Amino acid sequence: MTSHEKSTRKGWALSGPALLWTSLFFLAPMGFVVAVSFWRRVGGTLDRTLTLDNYRTIFEDDVFTTALRSSLEVVLITVVASLLVAYPFAYILAYRVPARWQRPLLILAVLPFWTSYVVRSYSWLLVLAKNGVINQAMMTSGLISSPITLANTRLATVIGFVHFFTMLVSLTIYASLTQIPESYRKAARDLGASPVATFLRVTLPLSMPGVVVGAFLTFVLAIGDFITPQILGGGNELLLPQAIMLQVQRRGDFPLAAALSVLLLVVVGAVYAVFARRLSLERR
Amino acid sequence: MRRSVVVAFVALALVAAACGDDDTGSTSASEATELNALVWCDHTDPALLAPFEEANNVTVNVKDYDGTGVALGILEQSQPGEWDVFVVDSVDVPRVVEAGLMAELDPADYPWDQFFADVDLPGTHYQNGNLYAVPEKFGYNTIAFNNENVPIEAMRDVESLWDPAYAGRIAVYDYYIPVMEQVAISLGIEPAAITAADLPAIEQRLMDLKPHVSLIGDVVTVQTALATGEVDIIVGGGEFVTGVLTAENPAFDWVLPEQGGIRWQQAIGVMADSNRKELATKFVQYIVSPEGQARLATSSCYWAMPANSQATLTADEKAVLRWDEQPGFVANSDPYFIPDADLDAAMLDVWTRFLQG
Repeated sequence: MTSHEKSTRKGWALSGPALLWTSLFFLAPMGFVVAVSFWRRVGGTLDRTLTLDNYRTIFEDDVFTTALRSSLEVVLITVVASLLVAYPFAYILAYRVPARWQRPLLILAVLPFWTSYVVRSYSWLLVLAKNGVINQAMMTSGLISSPITLANTRLATVIGFVHFFTMLVSLTIYASLTQIPESYRKAARDLGASPVATFLRVTLPLSMPGVVVGAFLTFVLAIGDFITPQILGGGNELLLPQAIMLQVQRRGDFPLAAALSVLLLVVVGAVYAVFARRLSLERR
Repeated sequence: MRRSVVVAFVALALVAAACGDDDTGSTSASEATELNALVWCDHTDPALLAPFEEANNVTVNVKDYDGTGVALGILEQSQPGEWDVFVVDSVDVPRVVEAGLMAELDPADYPWDQFFADVDLPGTHYQNGNLYAVPEKFGYNTIAFNNENVPIEAMRDVESLWDPAYAGRIAVYDYYIPVMEQVAISLGIEPAAITAADLPAIEQRLMDLKPHVSLIGDVVTVQTALATGEVDIIVGGGEFVTGVLTAENPAFDWVLPEQGGIRWQQAIGVMADSNRKELATKFVQYIVSPEGQARLATSSCYWAMPANSQATLTADEKAVLRWDEQPGFVANSDPYFIPDADLDAAMLDVWTRFLQG
């Protein structure tokens, strides 16, 4: 046996448990979901004849096309807003804050993640309520004369998402920024580049891996999230996860729910395919 | 090494023993001291169970569920004889009887002369001439509101919900059957007479309401919205939403509109394969007794009217439940109408568009 063959065998042996785990608990269930998506619910029973009916329903019924469009809109707004908030924070943390303060600040930044996701959503509901902190502050300061509707809206869902994901994006951007050698920016300045030009032509391009990874993670986590839109959105619009739950809880229509889940997977897969080349925190 | 292996085996044996079969119906010791009940959450209140447990030197193990479908799933996965008592929506009694889940009861064991008129529902609690479940609690999917911000006179007229004055101040309980039936009543359609041909009019009426709706959610969500002042009105709510909140804020109120409303009812019975039918029957008798009914009506999970008119409630508790208005409310309300599968699917389509709209 050559050393290459030995190395290959060792590689398989070491990755075997992980592959087995993934096959048993991800690929097999996912395969089952895909199979079920081609079945049909007839009355209270499952018709296992393969059909595209569920997919036809999804693309012909306004409820589902609207749910898909709304999901994409909410998630894209979330990704952009999270990046706009996270980038300056990560930049200041990486380049303006003394090294000894960076770690404590990072811990403070991730502190909200130590609380339950559901508790955080309900907390936001109280903050955004008509008699919540924001409305009370604006009324006290005379900015508004009567409470404005913030809770139970798409805006509330986006605010909740941005709060949850800004810190995640900050971490990935911070990791990218700290990998950029100081000499690169110094060289740009020595060659006469202004601070803005240095940022736009050196720092920003080199930090893009962190931006892309953070944006992708935000997209994946937000588009499949059921809790935040349910609690903060007030059930006023159906996003894709809500549409899936509706099929499971109300109709018991698992084939249609499976087809919607496959659609969700395809959307995430398509986004991954677009950004796959850049999905690494290492600079290239 | 060998010693540590032995220690490990002993530890494993102890863990296995500790985690072993805890099926309370499987040992003779537990048979004498325990009773297992599958219930709605109002029966999990220790204040309700304690008097029975003390009087009979027994532990009542309760598991709560939130829909008959869920309960049937639990029963399907249980061992025969595991459950002794089953609390179920009255409208679902026929199907659980048909499934062979309920034991026949002796009508002489229960105080029929004390039950409110019209809540005995002989057509559902009796099947093939035999009694299978006893009415224990009822209430309404109607209109709950904050009476400091909304006058009760307005809420007695269901048309007020479409008044622009209440735009943005309404929450809707996310349960399509009673809410759509309430909307049908507002259109002059009897719930039991709803057909697919009525759905476009009901949908239009719902869509007209949507601009006034601030949120649509489960009981806890709409309850929270009312409690925090986010909304002033809950469509589909009732005493089961506001009763537990009244102690904190007496302004939380409910009423049945003059046009009518939807009445829900719970019943309690003994499981067909229970090994402790005698004790289970005693528990059912306790629940429908005046004392049990008072405790059930004011359960910490949710309040509602006791089926027994002799329930030992205080005057304040009766006021919260609008006790004096019950004869009129019962007469002016329709029990839940459960549509057939096709109509149910069509109603759900309408509701889905309402959620999305």
